[in-house]
Formats: sequence, structure tokens, C-alpha cells
Amino acid sequence: MIVWIIAGIAAIIVLYVMLTYNRLVVLRNRIDNAWSQIDVQLKLRRDLIPNLINTVKGYAKHEKTIFKEVTKARTDALRAKGVKDTAKAENAITSALKTLFAVAENYPQLKASKNFMMLQEELSGVENKIAYARQFYNDTVLRYDNLTEKFPSKMIADAFNFTPKPYFEMEAGERKPVKVEF
Amino acid sequence: MGIYEEISANKVKTLLLMSVFFAFVMGIILILLYIFDIWFGLLGVFGIFLVVISIIQYYRGDKLVLKIHKAKLARKDDYPYYINTVEGLAIAAGIPKPKAYVIHENAPNAFATGRDPEHASVAVTTGLLEKMNRKELEGVIAHEMSHIKNYDIRLMTIATALVGVLAMISNVLLRSMFWGGVGGRRKNGNAIVIVLGLLLAILSPFIAKMITLSVSRKREYLADASGAMLTRYPDGLADALEKLGADKTPMKSATTATENLYISNPLPKGFFNSMFSTHPPIKERVARLRAM
Repeated sequence: MIVWIIAGIAAIIVLYVMLTYNRLVVLRNRIDNAWSQIDVQLKLRRDLIPNLINTVKGYAKHEKTIFKEVTKARTDALRAKGVKDTAKAENAITSALKTLFAVAENYPQLKASKNFMMLQEELSGVENKIAYARQFYNDTVLRYDNLTEKFPSKMIADAFNFTPKPYFEMEAGERKPVKVEF
Repeated sequence: MGIYEEISANKVKTLLLMSVFFAFVMGIILILLYIFDIWFGLLGVFGIFLVVISIIQYYRGDKLVLKIHKAKLARKDDYPYYINTVEGLAIAAGIPKPKAYVIHENAPNAFATGRDPEHASVAVTTGLLEKMNRKELEGVIAHEMSHIKNYDIRLMTIATALVGVLAMISNVLLRSMFWGGVGGRRKNGNAIVIVLGLLLAILSPFIAKMITLSVSRKREYLADASGAMLTRYPDGLADALEKLGADKTPMKSATTATENLYISNPLPKGFFNSMFSTHPPIKERVARLRAM
């Protein structure tokens, strides 16, 4: 009798460890996948920048400081490694682009150009996607981190070396996707 | 229940619904065969027919639905803003990007169809793209994206097929009775039995419909809620629903067969339609979204 009870408890524990371990693996893979989604979108945005600068240059040649700022933010972002650094570098791009679009407001011809409008839609689309990808990433990290920090799943996470993952943070003003009304 | 638990519950429900439905349809056929004194071997024929139709519908149903509504695949060059929204929300939902279609119609509406997130499509009318601002469109697409992610599209595709098959069978039986070829051959010629059979043949499609309705209304609330979770902005969908509710443009291509697919009921309102409505009242849906 006692033997059976002990065996039953042991079986439950083994089952729990297995399920929790699998849960952790699934979430960790999902985080990696979510991160590569963010990466794809960030790369798309970086690829749009040279084109955008060229278009703006055609109408606003002497706004050199802002071109320099955007280009520098872009090169920094290309060099950034890891979640924290990337987030910081991408924030710099976001704010540089904001300034660029603010400058563009002063050039009605630029604003009316078809090429510029297309780039603007493309860019706001990419920025929305970055925001969504970041949201999915952070949601998954939250679930994963909860599992790695709460008792008793923490013990399993520690035993198999599942370390908490960092959030992809954006500056306070940038939490909502860029609003573009038509 | 978290969203992931809801999804697995939904998959189980789909299976359950299919079994109940299959049993129900076979039962009806059995009764009808008995009443009209037809060869019982026909039951097997109907059974195979039902399974074959369901399988075809499962794999081809989405294409059929899109064809009925004359939906055209949307190209990124023509609808950059719509495509971007679909791509963005697919990322937010963590599913592959569904195929995006456009229907040339002034009535604003949208639906999703398919069998799983890997084989899914969303369709919106041009009226929706014109009348909604970005936030509202995002709300609507997020709602459809949730239908895909929650496997509601599979449930609805199968339910639509089964209701269709049952309607077809009852139609065939009714027709053959009018020709007098099937009825009246009953040995004891019991008139009451014949009338009951007739009634059953007429009513069974509606009974079938009620079964699917019990599922579909609840799914709408869930899709609203999980859609709001995707955009983090429930007011976007609430505004969109209010606009949809206020818009009286009739939808030309909508039929009773496909109404449960849409975000808001595409059919004109009447007593009958509200009783058999696939959607909860818009007012209630908006109230729930505003309270989030």
C-alpha cells in the first residue's frame, strides 16, 4: 500500500517536471522566434532609410544635420548586439526619423511627392509591425519569466538552466504605434 | 481561462460538434428513411456522401466561400495600408500571415475563413477600407485574426458545410415527395407519420442551424476580447462596430449560408433574422469592449 502511494507521488512529480520542462522549451523557442520577427522588421526599416534620405535630399538639400543624425543612428543600430543594445539603438532611429518627418513638413513639394508618400506608408507599416512584434515578444517573455521565477517551476528552470530573458523596452513616448490618419 | 486554454477547448469543441452533428444528421436520415419506407441501404450512401462532402469542404471550403463573394487577392501595390495592417496583426498574434482578399462592395464588412492558421484567409470589402480609419481597421482585422488564431474558422467552415448538406438532403426528400415517387408507398399508409416526416424534413436545417449558433455567438465575444488584446486598444474595434451597426448599405453577396463568417451580420434585420442571429447584438459587444 505505502509503496503504491510513494510510487504514485513519484509519478506525479516526474510528470510535472516533464510538463514544465516542455513548457519552458516551447516558450524559449517562441521567444527566439519572436525575436527574429522583431529583427526582420528592424532590418526592413534600416533598409528603407537610405532610400528615404535620398528622396528627402531631392527636395531639402541643406538639412544636413538631420541626414547625419539618421545615418549615424542607422550605423549604430547595425553594430548593436543583444536585446538591450538593439532596443537602445532602434530608439535612436525612431526619434531621428521623427525629426526627419517633422522637417519634411516644411517642404510641401516633398510631402506631395508620390515616392515620399509611399515611403511614409511603408515606414509607418514597418513601425506598426515592430510594435506588434515587440508586443508578442514581451508577452512571451512575461510568460516565460513567470515560469522561471515562480515556485515550484523555478526549481526546474534552475536545474535545467533556463535563465530569465530581458524585455525589449522602448522609451515611454514610443509605446503606441505611430498614428497615421488618412 | 487563458487564450491558449480557450484554443485547445475550441479544438475539442469542433470535434464534439462534428460528432454530434454527424449523429444528428444520420438520425434524421434514418427516421426519414423509415417514415418514407425507403431502402435502408441508402443510409450508408448518405453517410459516405456526408463524409466526402465534409472532407471536400474542409480542404476547399475557404476557396469556395471566397469565390461566392467574388473576393480578389489584394496586391500590396494596390492596398499597401490594408496589407501592412494584416501583416502587422499576424505578427502580433504570432501566426503566419493569412492571405488577404478584397471584395468590391460598398457595404463595410469583413470575414476570415480557412481551416487552421497555416491555411487561412481574411477578406474585407472596399467599403470597409473606405469607411474605417486606421485604428478601426486594425480593430476589425484583429478580430478576424483572433478567429484564425482561436480556430474558429475551422469550426465555422465545418458547421457551414454540415448545415449545407442537411439542407440539401431535406430538399431532395421534399422534392421527391411532391413528385409522389417516394411518399405514399408506406404499407400502413399512416398519414400522421407522413406529416411528421414532412415536418422533420422541413425543420431539420433550422435545428442544425441552432446547434451551430449556440457555438458561434460565444466565439464572437471571445474574438472581440482577444482582438482587443492584440491591438491593446479596444476602442478601435468598438468604434468600428458602431460604424458597422449604423451603416445600412446592404451586402449584395451575403447569403444565410455564409453569414456566420462576417464580423457583423450582413443580412437585413427582421424578427426571424434576429432570432436566428449568428452574432450577439452590436450594442452588447460595444459595451463589453468599452468596459475593458
